[in-house]
Amino acid sequence: MKILVPVKRVVDHNVKIRVKSDGSGVDLANAKMSMNPFDEIAVEQAVRMKESGDASEVVVVSVGPAQAQEVLRTALAMGADRAILVLAEGRIEPLSVAKILQNVAKSEEAGLVILGKQAIDDDCNQTGQMLAALLGWSQATFASKIEMAGESALVTREIDGGLQQIQVTLPAVVTADLRLNEPRYASLPNIMKAKKKPLVQQTPEELGLSIAPRLNVLRVEEPAARASGIKVGSVAELLDKLKTEAAVI
Amino acid sequence: MAILLFADHDNASLSEHSARALGAALQIGADVDILIAGQNAGAAAEAAAALTDVRRVLLAQSDVLAERLAEPTAALIVQLAGDYDTILAPATSSGKNVLPRVAALLDVMQLSEVTEIVAADTFKRPIYAGNAIEVVQSSEAVRVLTIRSASFAPATTGETAAPVVAVEPVASPALSSFGQNLLSVSDRPDLSSARIVVSGGRALGSKERFEEVINPLADKLGAAVGASRAAVDAGYAANDYQVGQTGKVVAPDLYIACGISGAIQHLAGMKDSRVIVAINSDEEAPIFQVADYGIVGDIFDIVPQMERAL
Repeated sequence: MKILVPVKRVVDHNVKIRVKSDGSGVDLANAKMSMNPFDEIAVEQAVRMKESGDASEVVVVSVGPAQAQEVLRTALAMGADRAILVLAEGRIEPLSVAKILQNVAKSEEAGLVILGKQAIDDDCNQTGQMLAALLGWSQATFASKIEMAGESALVTREIDGGLQQIQVTLPAVVTADLRLNEPRYASLPNIMKAKKKPLVQQTPEELGLSIAPRLNVLRVEEPAARASGIKVGSVAELLDKLKTEAAVI
Repeated sequence: MAILLFADHDNASLSEHSARALGAALQIGADVDILIAGQNAGAAAEAAAALTDVRRVLLAQSDVLAERLAEPTAALIVQLAGDYDTILAPATSSGKNVLPRVAALLDVMQLSEVTEIVAADTFKRPIYAGNAIEVVQSSEAVRVLTIRSASFAPATTGETAAPVVAVEPVASPALSSFGQNLLSVSDRPDLSSARIVVSGGRALGSKERFEEVINPLADKLGAAVGASRAAVDAGYAANDYQVGQTGKVVAPDLYIACGISGAIQHLAGMKDSRVIVAINSDEEAPIFQVADYGIVGDIFDIVPQMERAL
């Protein structure tokens, strides 16, 4: 079984972003960029499934600018076999990404797609569910455990009240949550080897798809700032403030 | 045109998230239908019908809908979609699971985690862990939205109950099946809707110490217990305790952060709380930047002191 892992290049999770003063977006010039952390977990899961014999090949795919090659190389260094970059600039919405991935999943004849549940830049949490819909496949979102069981997979999901176990018929789309695994660091020899692994480039036009955004972003604003607080010296003072000043207890 | 609200419930009762999403829906338009998809869900449907200004409650029941698996539930909503120009759900694990599938089947883009209704077609939503707010206009044929319930007041109970109308769900191929729920059992209030939340971080050091230090204070205050991602990853607290960008987003009257440094991902989940208290031994910890009241000190000393003094 071939596993397809879509990965997104996003601003590094340690970077504190800044809203542009003209409201046109966030300033990412010179910001450190990395693989979306949830996608890293998805890559790790796929590589582990190949190592355990559940998968025959791991193909990673990214939709983004030429620099997205870097995150694909990272995924190859973690153990993916080959990579596909679908070149696209600007704001690409989850529905467009899902349509591109639908195309790739079909042409690659993937048996399973694993991807992060959410990208930490647009915080949409949509692509996996949309991809499953377009393919007409089953979906298991927010996975914290995946076990293969013949023609299906048993997936434990993180839900609001705790955990939920479901069984999905393959082919399926699974989205990774934080507790699925702890991704490995690529070793130096594997980083060197990854440079020689195949990486092909495509364009949405070659796939016959338009990626024009559907939604109109009018502006991007700063969030409301909190008034600065005070430090108190004792528990008694704190409780007094909470009772009299804030009136919350 | 009308609005369809896909409600969050457990068949026996309606969650408060649904009442809050109704609050958001009524800001968009007046004709709101609530969909209860489930099995033996009459009680949840009655609770929905009792809410104020609901036009109708649509009750769809079948075995495959009992746990609202994504495939049959999305098929049901698509079946009903023709009568609506807005379809929304609270951004709970159920809403987040089902609604993007609906949006793709309708070939429209979804707006996730809406925090403000600017106009019937224009919405605000947080991006980059709440460090920026996007103002987005949708001219899609159907607007599909998930609602961040912490940002909206719940609709109250109305004087007259709305009619409950049965809907026959279409048969769809069974692509997945439900196994079991392993739910956290607690007598404490629900984390997402609690008035007070006491949260613990990695500084607690172990599951036992987390429970020894955090739980007594929470119980004294009648509070829910939350945790940082680091505490959940380390196994000190269950996954459903996680507050943050990708966990639960809470906005209680009082949030007490104990031994939580305040990574931006954690702040994204609690910085809209009315009053924030931070207790941390590191006076440079970023959590103090959002705290109304901070105490620099040892949580193992200060938290029990608070509990005894209450």
